Amino acid sequence: MSPLNRREFVAVGVAAGAGLVVGFYLPRAGRAGKEAFSPNSYLRITPDNKVTIVVARSEMGQGVRTALPMILAEELEADWKEIEIEQAGASTLYGDQGTGGSASIKTTWDPMRKAGAAAREVLISAAALTWGVPRSTCAAREGAVLHGESKRRLSYGELVEKAAALPIPTDVPLKQNKDYKIVGQRLARVDTPSKVKGEAVFGIDFRMPGMKYAVLSRCPTIGGKALSFDDKESKKIAGVSYVGKISDAAVAVVADSVWGAMEGRRVLNVSWDPGANKDLNTALVTASLKQAAAKKGVSLYSAGDVSKVTGRRISAEYQLPFMAHAPMEPGNCTASFQGTSCELWAPTQVPQDCRDQVAKALGLDPDQVKVNVTLMGGGFGRRLEYDYALEAALVSKAANTPVKVIWTREDDMRFSTYRPASLHQLSAVLDGAGWPVAFTHRLVAPSISGQKGQPGPNGVDPDLPDEAAFVYAPPNVSLEYVPAETPVPLGWMRSVYALQAGFASESFIDELAVATGKDPLEYRLHMLGKDQNIQYFDTTWRTARMRGVLQLAADKAGWKSALPVGRFRGIACFGCFSSYAAEVVEISMQNDVPQVHRVVAVVDCGQVVNPSILEQQIQGGIVFALANALRAKITIEKGRVVQGNFDDYSPLRMNETPVVEVYAVPSTEAPTGIGEPSVPPLAPALCSAIFAATKKRIRALPILS
Amino acid sequence: MADFTLRVNGNEKKVSVSPETPLLWVLRDTLELTGTKFGCGAGLCGACTVHVEGSPIRSCSTPVSQVAGKSIITIEGLGANGLHVLQQAWIAEEVPQCGYCQTGQIMTAAALLAKTPNPSDEQITQAMNGNLCRCGTYERIRKAIHRAVAAGGAR
Repeated sequence: MSPLNRREFVAVGVAAGAGLVVGFYLPRAGRAGKEAFSPNSYLRITPDNKVTIVVARSEMGQGVRTALPMILAEELEADWKEIEIEQAGASTLYGDQGTGGSASIKTTWDPMRKAGAAAREVLISAAALTWGVPRSTCAAREGAVLHGESKRRLSYGELVEKAAALPIPTDVPLKQNKDYKIVGQRLARVDTPSKVKGEAVFGIDFRMPGMKYAVLSRCPTIGGKALSFDDKESKKIAGVSYVGKISDAAVAVVADSVWGAMEGRRVLNVSWDPGANKDLNTALVTASLKQAAAKKGVSLYSAGDVSKVTGRRISAEYQLPFMAHAPMEPGNCTASFQGTSCELWAPTQVPQDCRDQVAKALGLDPDQVKVNVTLMGGGFGRRLEYDYALEAALVSKAANTPVKVIWTREDDMRFSTYRPASLHQLSAVLDGAGWPVAFTHRLVAPSISGQKGQPGPNGVDPDLPDEAAFVYAPPNVSLEYVPAETPVPLGWMRSVYALQAGFASESFIDELAVATGKDPLEYRLHMLGKDQNIQYFDTTWRTARMRGVLQLAADKAGWKSALPVGRFRGIACFGCFSSYAAEVVEISMQNDVPQVHRVVAVVDCGQVVNPSILEQQIQGGIVFALANALRAKITIEKGRVVQGNFDDYSPLRMNETPVVEVYAVPSTEAPTGIGEPSVPPLAPALCSAIFAATKKRIRALPILS
Repeated sequence: MADFTLRVNGNEKKVSVSPETPLLWVLRDTLELTGTKFGCGAGLCGACTVHVEGSPIRSCSTPVSQVAGKSIITIEGLGANGLHVLQQAWIAEEVPQCGYCQTGQIMTAAALLAKTPNPSDEQITQAMNGNLCRCGTYERIRKAIHRAVAAGGAR
């Protein structure tokens, strides 16, 4: 065991105040360009026996405030009932705090375990020294160290002073999965009671003395600008104190109430320059994708050589529209600009981006900007953007007041960053028995990161390595990405490109099975081939694990058993964010509209940390995916987003929600993502069921268009 | 601006706001009762549901002038003596994910149970269908309502 670098230890200790503090600076296996060393976990034990675990990811409903501390508490041998949770704001202590990519558990699993284990080992040493007994005769359990022979016990709080003087080991034994007492349990979420009582403070609920409210009038045309404005009528509204342009394309109305600001905006007269996109519409977007498809793309993956294979060829094209996240809590952020500093209270998935971009916009240093992270009423990727924070900071500065910027639902729908529209060209060559010997998928879509000025190597969008794998093993495979361009603002929406890739690829496999008269499950099992590894960028996919989820889903759904008259089912699977998912969807058709009765969902995400939260994520992902599949479509006319509220862009309602049965393959592998992997299989499984019912193949989403 | 006397959660509150201000913003901004949420501003999502004289209404689309003098119950006043049976059931079933819509869901469910103490699944769906949950917690919402009924229903 080697003690933690002294300087680092002191730095963390000072930052946290009194008590035993453990911070770890461990290499992060992130993408190139990120800091190479960063602390991933944080623990504070005080003499009053308070064990505080800091959560450095953002809570948007996915349960990180519960699940991440469970991992640390397990190794710490803590008493879960005594744990207190602290939400970290933007910091330099925790590495990349971005919450997305279903990565929170995956990336903090090791650091959290090591932080808990190291603290446990130090506490055991402190107790052994206190008692003058060998370490090996002491054990940690439920927040205390016990000495077996003498039946003596010291709580962690009692050991703080002694433990704080000991060196922190960086190389510590970790528990075996079979010994877990906290990880793997259906522990109640820490945030449930406050949310049920209405006491939970979401971003929109935050308030501070002297705070005003702002709504912004934004140019309705994508890329347009505000030329001038007339605020005569706005200023007549009671409580309106400021109207001003805060960017090229936005005029802010500040008032002493939300309603006052909304009314002030309603009567504000802005003259807009619609700019270059004034004639943009959905048909032009589709045409631009088809145009891009004619170009050669970049290879994401290849096996064998698809160009050399001959035989019966089947081809098809698939298409998906822009979609919007539409989280229930509309965009908002509170900012207080104070000349040489700015503090924000932000419902954000990217506190550090908020800090850095606000600093840049205000001409401050990043350390002059403090970002507090509030609860979020959903994220789904929408709050990976920092636009709300930037607006709040600029309005606070311009109006010289603490201010909360609030977006209306229409603002959220029309000024979002959308899931990219995409086109997919698929082709397969079959052998004499009907099995595919070559499989080609060309994914044509604009690059989200590329549009934001951060294209990946060779123009491959940096998300595709997590989201477009093909976990099958025919002898010849080609996956190609063809970048397209669009002025429509793009963002990362739950499962990102995996939704598009999974819909196209899995639907096409269903087509192949149908064309060859084979069972879609058997077809997939055959395509998985013998158990083998498939290396796709940094992820090693294992066909055995995909086989496992498929087989279990089929078994639980009774795939081989007959369905009642009028019922139909479809199956699909997909791997993304290093996890495997398979779903069986059971439907009936009523007036040409599919009614989804039951979904059996199976995931393999390695060790499950909290089965109840996992079930929430899978059920939620499927409800989200079903809304996407049935009717999520953002369209553009005259350069403007058409949809505005939940009447023309409606999430799923209770009457449309199927029973979702969730199963996780028992596993002791390190945990991988669970927030997004249930999304991609739903649409292809549903469309397969619709084909079974109607013999109509759906090659474009949404289904009810 | 006009003065109104509101009866919120059993307490008389005097507010001075413009008469067309939606009740939602009076509750949230003026009375600092932020458990009632803003979701759509158009009566489409139910996040802003409160009870007026015992009936569930969309506070985002109800001018304050219409509810002056009437009894208003928000999530903060639902469980007059501790947690309402539905809140207890919501906790037991671990319903919330992000939780943003849940106070509105609970207010709608409470109004349902007050009128229909033992609702069928169809009645639950009918009552709850106006409340959106983007996290997709509907299955657990249904379970929680059944649990509350089993535990004695509305109080």
